[in-house]
Amino acid sequence: MARLTARPTPATAPWRALVLAAAALYFLVPLAASVVFTVDVPGRGVDLGAYTRILDTEGFLPSLLLSLELAAATIAVVLLLLVPAAVALRLTAPKLRPVVEVVCAAPLVVPPIAFVAGIGTVLKWGPEHLSRTPLFQTFVAVQNPDFPVVLVLAYAVMALPFAYRALDAGLRAIDVRTLVEAARSCGASLPQALLRAVLPNLRGALLSASFLTLALVLGEFTTAQLLGFRPFAVWIVNISGSQAQMSVAVSVMSLLVTWLLLLVLAGFGSRRTPSSTSDRK
Amino acid sequence: MTTDMTTPPTAAASCAAAAPAAPAAPAARTGRRAGRSGALAVVPLLLFTAVAFGLPALAMLDGAFTTRDPATGATSYGLGNLTASWQGAYLTALVGSVKLSATSALLAALLGLLLAQAVVTSPLRALREAVLTASGVLANFGGVPLAFAFVATLGNSGVLTRRLGLSDTGWNLYSFWGLVLVYLYFLVPLMVLTITPALDGLRTQWREAAQNNGATHRQYWQHVALPVLAPSLLGGLVLLFGSAFAAYATAAAMVGSSVPLVTLQIADAISGNVLIGQENVALALSLDMVLVAGLVMAVYLPLQRRSARWLA
Repeated sequence: MARLTARPTPATAPWRALVLAAAALYFLVPLAASVVFTVDVPGRGVDLGAYTRILDTEGFLPSLLLSLELAAATIAVVLLLLVPAAVALRLTAPKLRPVVEVVCAAPLVVPPIAFVAGIGTVLKWGPEHLSRTPLFQTFVAVQNPDFPVVLVLAYAVMALPFAYRALDAGLRAIDVRTLVEAARSCGASLPQALLRAVLPNLRGALLSASFLTLALVLGEFTTAQLLGFRPFAVWIVNISGSQAQMSVAVSVMSLLVTWLLLLVLAGFGSRRTPSSTSDRK
Repeated sequence: MTTDMTTPPTAAASCAAAAPAAPAAPAARTGRRAGRSGALAVVPLLLFTAVAFGLPALAMLDGAFTTRDPATGATSYGLGNLTASWQGAYLTALVGSVKLSATSALLAALLGLLLAQAVVTSPLRALREAVLTASGVLANFGGVPLAFAFVATLGNSGVLTRRLGLSDTGWNLYSFWGLVLVYLYFLVPLMVLTITPALDGLRTQWREAAQNNGATHRQYWQHVALPVLAPSLLGGLVLLFGSAFAAYATAAAMVGSSVPLVTLQIADAISGNVLIGQENVALALSLDMVLVAGLVMAVYLPLQRRSARWLA
């Protein structure tokens, strides 16, 4: 503390320390207690069984794989839909910007649970009204429990607002029009210009959009549970009744992984804009 | 060889020379063509949202206003579901959700403001970075893992509950205040993220000017800082409320249905845990939620724009 030259106002220092200590306590104790809960078996001392048995537990790998597949598909869908649209808005179709912004913000107004209620209703149309039409096969196919396409659709909608914001921020930082014109005047075709001049400059934004989507899909519970599918988060809840320690152990692990992802993302974010943070006094 | 060497500069020069002199007509033509292809690039996004988001939204609207006569099975449009969603257990759940969200949002706003102020005025830069990064992570953290972390800590057989003998004192995590305690875990960081830019926007000169004019610490806060912060504070509060109101996974994994919440009611009705034929009431409840969320956004966005004026 002594070598810090900034002026600490001594009169306010005690309350600051108190607030920070209370915050640290509140945010760290549940995490620490969770770890203790998983390794401390009453009457037997420290036991890492909850962690070593994770891999052997029935349903762990399939549900995790399903979640990862869903995440990969959702990221692909979101990026394929958003990147061309966001670039086009900057480049040639600025008039459509309000439309796209409203469309990409709309999912924020519909809470996930309300969205699921709507999806469930639509899915019921299949057996109720369309059982004699070829569309019925589509309804069956999107609900295939091995790979529920309907979840990809739902997750893509839920990820749109966040992914759009990330991409838009990335595009704002570069001058798309100048980049494309420069590439074109050097003889590149439009696709070449987009693929080799614009996309590489968007790497950070693409990564952050993907990370946000990945975190969303891995942790998503509401939609999957209510539509009757069993990806990772639903599996954790399902085993919590019979194996409480294991469910907490898996929660802790998934937390750490998600946080690692988000921290990597935060690292990317701050590395890309070093000037804005160092300018502040 | 020499011609090859000279060609690029010439081409570039001619290109540069031609650029300003280029007639407007071709530019406009390519512009229009590009505009059309630009619109084409947006179409898939619009089509996708129309199907994946528009269809469920319409289905929800349609179902919310469709009542089915239990005797004849005939359906008709009406307000029956909506009125049902404002009565009895459903009303209790709506009120419960509003109470829980308002309580936790108010508490989180207050605590978040304190924490953010502690961090912003702290001379330690590393602390500031650490808290902001952690807030970014924790604000995104909710759902099942959060619920289980708290169950393991303060649940019936949680680590702290057993060590401190909390159950003798009447502590119960699976209650209203238990949920508030858990919700604060992602709401406080959200508030820190929302309010920190506004606190950064409070200029030192304002405080100095107030002090030079003889204002006390309290007068500075009352007449300068809080009025400037008010839009951000309110905006943050509204955002927290919306966030808590929509939360489902945490509550579902933690309390089952011992606390009446509208999200839990909807889930029960969808999965047919209650009376058969209540699906449309669930849709009406969903519509109620959308209305609340829409209201939240309608309050939040203007407030955010207003607070942005001070931070420029």
